[in-house]
Amino acid sequence: MLLKGNRFFSTSDLVGFAILAVLIFVILPVGLDTFRLNLFGKYLTYAFVAIGLVLCWGAGGILSLGQGVFFGLGGYCMAMFLKLEASSPEATKIQSTPGIPDFMDWNQLTELPLWWEPFHSLTFSLFAVIVIPVVFAFIIGVAMFRRRVGGVYFAIITQAIAAILTILIIGQQGYTGGVNGITDLRTLKGWDIRTDDAKVLLYFVNGALLFVCLFIAQLIRKSKLGRILIAMRDQEDRVRFSGYDVANFKIFVFCAGAAFSAVGGAMFTLQVGFMSPSFVGIVPSIEMVIFCAVGGRLSIIGAVYGALLVNLAKTTFSELFPELWLLGLGAVFIAVVLAFPNGLAGLYKDHVEPRLLALFKKKMGDDGSAEDFDAIKTAAE
Amino acid sequence: MFADYTMGELGAIFAMQGFAGLILFSVFVLMALGLAIIFGQMGVINMAHGEFMILGANVTYLTSNLFANYIPSLFSIYFFLAMILAFFVTAALGMLVEWSLIRHLYKRPLDTLLATWGLSLILQQVYRSVFGAREVGVTIPEWMMGSLPLTDLIEIPINGIFVMVLAVGISTAVYIMMFRSSWGKQVRAVTQNRVMAGAVGINTERTDRLTFGIGCGVAGVAGSAFTMIGSTGPTAGQLYIVDTFLVVVFGGAASLLGTIASAFSISQAQSIMEFFLSGSMAKVLTLLTVVGILMLRPQGLFALKLRK
Repeated sequence: MLLKGNRFFSTSDLVGFAILAVLIFVILPVGLDTFRLNLFGKYLTYAFVAIGLVLCWGAGGILSLGQGVFFGLGGYCMAMFLKLEASSPEATKIQSTPGIPDFMDWNQLTELPLWWEPFHSLTFSLFAVIVIPVVFAFIIGVAMFRRRVGGVYFAIITQAIAAILTILIIGQQGYTGGVNGITDLRTLKGWDIRTDDAKVLLYFVNGALLFVCLFIAQLIRKSKLGRILIAMRDQEDRVRFSGYDVANFKIFVFCAGAAFSAVGGAMFTLQVGFMSPSFVGIVPSIEMVIFCAVGGRLSIIGAVYGALLVNLAKTTFSELFPELWLLGLGAVFIAVVLAFPNGLAGLYKDHVEPRLLALFKKKMGDDGSAEDFDAIKTAAE
Repeated sequence: MFADYTMGELGAIFAMQGFAGLILFSVFVLMALGLAIIFGQMGVINMAHGEFMILGANVTYLTSNLFANYIPSLFSIYFFLAMILAFFVTAALGMLVEWSLIRHLYKRPLDTLLATWGLSLILQQVYRSVFGAREVGVTIPEWMMGSLPLTDLIEIPINGIFVMVLAVGISTAVYIMMFRSSWGKQVRAVTQNRVMAGAVGINTERTDRLTFGIGCGVAGVAGSAFTMIGSTGPTAGQLYIVDTFLVVVFGGAASLLGTIASAFSISQAQSIMEFFLSGSMAKVLTLLTVVGILMLRPQGLFALKLRK
């Protein structure tokens, strides 16, 4: 058999990765038109955040209600670069000050603020996409975890930070684009990101990056570090008494979650073509937690499905029955907490996998690997 | 920036601004009291707290319509009845929520957060379907409109004074309930050691339900008081929730006095800074300071000395 488990990937993990890869790289691109594919690409950017939350919350027991902050910071870094490229002096010659982004011109700014300057460089911007959110997460993490703030308090403070950043972005309209965000992004180094070809390509780049993050997350989960995280979640004091510096592990996993979210945010900007404070604040941040909870807070693959499903449901329901969407989302929150604390992944593990394994064994007995593909397909459905 | 004003005008500005801060303070206290009971005492994170306040506001709105249509002669005092109704309606809903949702989650505080957030989404949609998406304002009885001229320059709005009186009254009531009644003793016993409290004969389930109900009821009264100074829409509750939690956490979760002190400092800081800066920057700076202080002193201003 090709799918053989090793230290980092058990057989069922490999099957899960393979199914997800088939879904993202074959089934969706073949089955959907460019518009829908772009929409799914957008959903998948939320999966980055959800993976980060699985690490922080599911494994580490740290619930952050401010992941939107990192998603937003990553997205804004990307958007600032794209906006500067879209505001060349030729393209903006009707403005009273050509060469600066249009919203700055509207807000009577006459020159580019100093902190915008480095974003002329793509290298710097890509660097900033990861580094700025991670540094920010590091500062928050050091301040909180070193003082042993955790659990509920951490959740509330991260939520407050999300609120602060939103108010700041909306208030400083001249520097950030205000409530509309940074819009009208056109090209990346001369390459038009609004064409259908570009959208398809960006979808695949997004998928590939998602898999990179999934692999990193899987390595973290299955390494000694991952086991310490889980031990810490369940019995923090015992881990501390065993001589581990609990705070450092928490800071690390929080920063990793921030980095994933930031990559998702940058890919969001590229695929959707704008970034606004409505992806930063309290409401989107909590919705990101629900993607993770629906998928299963312990399963990184589940988180991807959770992000896809909740967003698909959101788009479908809010188009068809706008009144029902909030009721449905609220009910999902309650149901996930009360009835399915391990989400879809838990359901799969409890009900589907045992039967699947039984099926596997039976078929292996009389025929061998020829039937494997069917079993994988059943799992996908 | 002060050069354009005379001394008298400056004094008046500071007095008015200080008074605006006091009204904000009363609002914060009213919002935070219910949460101080639910979060501070029980440790339950009720993200639907804002929606309970909106329920109180909506009850007030309905009562005012009822009085205006059927017994206009008593319209000037409808507000007192409305507050009592708001208390009981929200308390009843709170107890229902505790029974159906919260009691399963006492051991999983982070999950209560998500579940009550779901509840808040549902309540928002219900309000939107029942009362419409637009903000509703109630008609204030005549004696509450207008303002008291203190000097030539300083005027104090009467509804502001009313809200302040209410805040003081409710805080006193909550204080007496929590620290001077046998019920309060039971609540504190249950939160400190559930098993032991049960062993000495306290009905812990009933205490929990009642505590949650009263916390929600106080939120309802707060919402009712809000209708006096502004209008309420279906999503208004969400705007308050971060402020409210920060007030309670900043004060030190289990301390009522801390809640009041933190409400005072946050509201004064914000309203004074609002005079110098734009409203959004004042808010950002205030929240940042609070978060900063909480990072340095996670237990809040007034911490109970407890061994854990």
